[in-house]
Amino acid sequence: MSNFLVISVILVYLAVIFYVAYWAEKNAKSKWVNNPYVYTLSLAVYCTAWTYYGSVGLAATSGLKFLTIYLGPIIIIPTWIILMRKIIRISKGNKISSLADFISLRYGNDRFLGALVTVVCVLAIVPYISLQLKAISETYNVITNHTVISSSIIYDTTFYIAILLAIFAAFFGTQHTDATERHKGIITAVALESIIKLVFFLVIGIYVTFYLFNGPSDIYNQASLLPGFEEQQTINGIEGGFNWFFLSLLSMTAIMLLPRQFQVTVVENEREKYLKKVTWLFPLYLLLFNIFVIFIAWGGNVIFHNKQVDADLFTLMLPLNNGNEILALVVFLGGFSAAISMVVISTLALSTMLSNNLIIPYGFLKKYSKSESEENTGSIKKIRRVAIFSLIVLAYFFYRSFTLDRSLVSIGLISFVLIAQLAPAFFGGLIWRRGSSKGAIYGIIIGFFITVYTLVIPFSIDSQLITSSFVNEGILGLNFLKPYELFGLQLFEPVPHAFFWSLFFNIIVYAIYSVSVVGNYRERNFAEMFVDSTKYAALHEDAYVWKGEAYVKDLRKVLTRFLGENRTERALNLFYMKYNIDKNTQLADARLVNFSEKLLTGSIGSASSRILISSVVKEEEISLPEVLNILDETQKAKESNKELKERDKQKDEFLDTVAHELKTPITSIKALSEILLENDDVDNTTKNKFLSSILTESERISRLINNILDLEKLATGKEKLDLKLNFIESTIDKSINSVAQLALNKGIKINSVGNKNEEVLYDEDRIQQVLINLLSNAIKFSQENNGVVSVYTYVNQNKIEVSVEDNGGGIENDELISIFNKFYQSKNQTILKPVGSGLGLAISKQIIETHNGKIWAENIKPHGARLTFMLPLNIN
Amino acid sequence: MKKILIVDDEPNIVMSLEYIFSKENFEVFIARDGAEAIEIAELNMPDIILLDIMMPNVDGYQVLKFLKESHKLNDIKVIFLSAKNKVSDIELGLQLGADKYITKPFSTKKIVKEVQDLLK
Repeated sequence: MSNFLVISVILVYLAVIFYVAYWAEKNAKSKWVNNPYVYTLSLAVYCTAWTYYGSVGLAATSGLKFLTIYLGPIIIIPTWIILMRKIIRISKGNKISSLADFISLRYGNDRFLGALVTVVCVLAIVPYISLQLKAISETYNVITNHTVISSSIIYDTTFYIAILLAIFAAFFGTQHTDATERHKGIITAVALESIIKLVFFLVIGIYVTFYLFNGPSDIYNQASLLPGFEEQQTINGIEGGFNWFFLSLLSMTAIMLLPRQFQVTVVENEREKYLKKVTWLFPLYLLLFNIFVIFIAWGGNVIFHNKQVDADLFTLMLPLNNGNEILALVVFLGGFSAAISMVVISTLALSTMLSNNLIIPYGFLKKYSKSESEENTGSIKKIRRVAIFSLIVLAYFFYRSFTLDRSLVSIGLISFVLIAQLAPAFFGGLIWRRGSSKGAIYGIIIGFFITVYTLVIPFSIDSQLITSSFVNEGILGLNFLKPYELFGLQLFEPVPHAFFWSLFFNIIVYAIYSVSVVGNYRERNFAEMFVDSTKYAALHEDAYVWKGEAYVKDLRKVLTRFLGENRTERALNLFYMKYNIDKNTQLADARLVNFSEKLLTGSIGSASSRILISSVVKEEEISLPEVLNILDETQKAKESNKELKERDKQKDEFLDTVAHELKTPITSIKALSEILLENDDVDNTTKNKFLSSILTESERISRLINNILDLEKLATGKEKLDLKLNFIESTIDKSINSVAQLALNKGIKINSVGNKNEEVLYDEDRIQQVLINLLSNAIKFSQENNGVVSVYTYVNQNKIEVSVEDNGGGIENDELISIFNKFYQSKNQTILKPVGSGLGLAISKQIIETHNGKIWAENIKPHGARLTFMLPLNIN
Repeated sequence: MKKILIVDDEPNIVMSLEYIFSKENFEVFIARDGAEAIEIAELNMPDIILLDIMMPNVDGYQVLKFLKESHKLNDIKVIFLSAKNKVSDIELGLQLGADKYITKPFSTKKIVKEVQDLLK
């Protein structure tokens, strides 16, 4: 195919992608941009040119092993609903804009740690970016029939493509100074590319499987005739199993810790609930992507058997070989889109890290603390743009000089192993409070050097295709230092081997340092916030302990340098409103200090933000136990505040009801006395009736007041029980006597039965009050004339139970509990209001509970209700 | 002769209202809960209803709602008579379509005047 045609197609394609990004940036609020599908698809930046070409290459030479790269993510992603939600919450709450910032903040804004993470990421990812450029360049050469790679940059199309990508990333990636702002344009473009690469890959898969061959079984039958087929397709016993296991573990860490994945999953996350879609849609995407890999690989092996064709290029060569150039172009575009998504997101993520965690904290802080806000934001953006260009140019030269002969998969896996060195610090920091910055730093360093020793160096030597004594015999001829078989471990292939040993030492160093060195208070404060994120998220700025002296004026000045007057003003106003603080306050408290730090973190990274803020505040050292104490207290204060509010609400409701209950008799009294006062002609009978009603209503008021006071005294424990040994029989008899007249009036019989000659410790007046209340209720609800009320007593070793039964209509089942509530009036009452305050049972319940007893109601057959109270014999 | 329906579950309040409106030459009907109120209203078509809110079973709000939805009864004037005296309670009562809202305890003279004003 002609150069001109392919270049035109590339340019048209890039123009479309630029336009989509531009459109999405302009329509950032549109639902086409903000939805869980775009989010999920953007995560597919995980599938790079390596997936597109390299998986096939790996499958062609080593069978199903390529699957491990996708197995890890598929296994871990369902846990994201908890795990990733926690990470996203922490990141959003603290304005974290990159992996380096996340780790650095967790370990107390450790500047060095942030820089170290950045360096590891750059060293791991730049070769990986080269890999993408290599894929673009190689496939370009294949499709345009170039056999020799031009030695001059001027004639290398890949160079120009790289520059275009840098412009794209720099333009859409640095619209805001605050790196936590989402990059809608880039993300939407990447989501679109994710669709393109998947669809195009499926197209070629179907083409190979069903057009070049007669379906999967045909390919299998033909491929299985090739030599060595059997060994390739099996896991290979226990050794192979270990390799599989560690490779899956490796890809599990990669899906979370690769800078580009952290960028799309955490920083670009618009809503937490999008994660729900991800948990099934993303694994599905990965599965779809891998369906045809093995068939393309087998097909390639069959067709190109005994021919010198790079297995990495099977995807492209199969249609070309069959003369299908258009299809080859489609394949090329799919791979191209996979490559450029990765390049753009990776450089964006790395440039944020470079600026916020390396360049600004180590180089520009002094300058920034003196100059104006426009200068500063301009300069921050400039640093990021320069970083993006440098990264891409660096990657380009790396590809030109080193990676020309290596397979796609191997370099990708080295990147994975390097990035995996961040896993102990990252995951340890999320679940282990004691994990300390020193432990993290030394762990990462040792892990890094072991990876270099066991993987990077021997791999580079291998790539020069010279047999080396270093690889075969180890250093100084010491066999146990052989890089591929460290300490004589022969179980693994090189990558899982390096992964195993580097992580092994990394974790041990991290753990030992963390256990033996006590971290500073700040570190521990953030450790609490990260590990127990749900608990502290509710505290917001209160989750941060700080003691010292700071002035609002100074903080405001620092903020203005980076945010400008308006944004600073707006942010501070919001803050004052949130905590109900007077705007003219001069002294800043811990919350404002923390709030200011967070505000700056998005723009210049957590370490720089911490340094800048502490330059204007006077901070006192706090001891570790003090930090934990204060945190604990804030937490408790918050909780008790909630309880207080709840209690206040209940009190309000109670007062409302009391007011209502008091007003009712007063209304009668007022109306009746007004009539008597203003009408001289009221006849005597009416007058008497009115006066006696006034009397009844007055008594009702005083009874109500007494009851309320009584209840209050009991509930608050102001009144102590007068506990004495009493005979329950005598108390019951006294109570029955008090209601005898009432019962007689209604023609109701009262029985008392059961074993009751027992001496029990209780307050007799109070228990009598309860009994009288239960008895009068029973009388009130018993059948008139035929009514029977029975009292039963039951005693055993631990308790005494007294029940009062009537033969009335019983209690509605849904009211059995609520009848003990204050002012609860049963629905089942006759229309005429019963004489009562509505507090009788509430008071009885309070009395019994003060005795450590229980009171309850139930219905009995055929009809009637039974109310029982239980007193423990051992009252303490 | 105008007809008035008094709805309240407090016998003594009913007694006082019954006295003053009989004296003003009203034909007085009495209901002691919401269900009874609706029954009597349909039967006797009163000109005005004095309606308590907090009553067992069917409360005053429900009665008012029933009246407003009934073709036959929606012209009857309604005065809420309640001890609930928060601004929000009063607003709610008027929003539901009551013509007046009088808080308890009330003045007998004022209540007569309000009723007469409404019936003019």
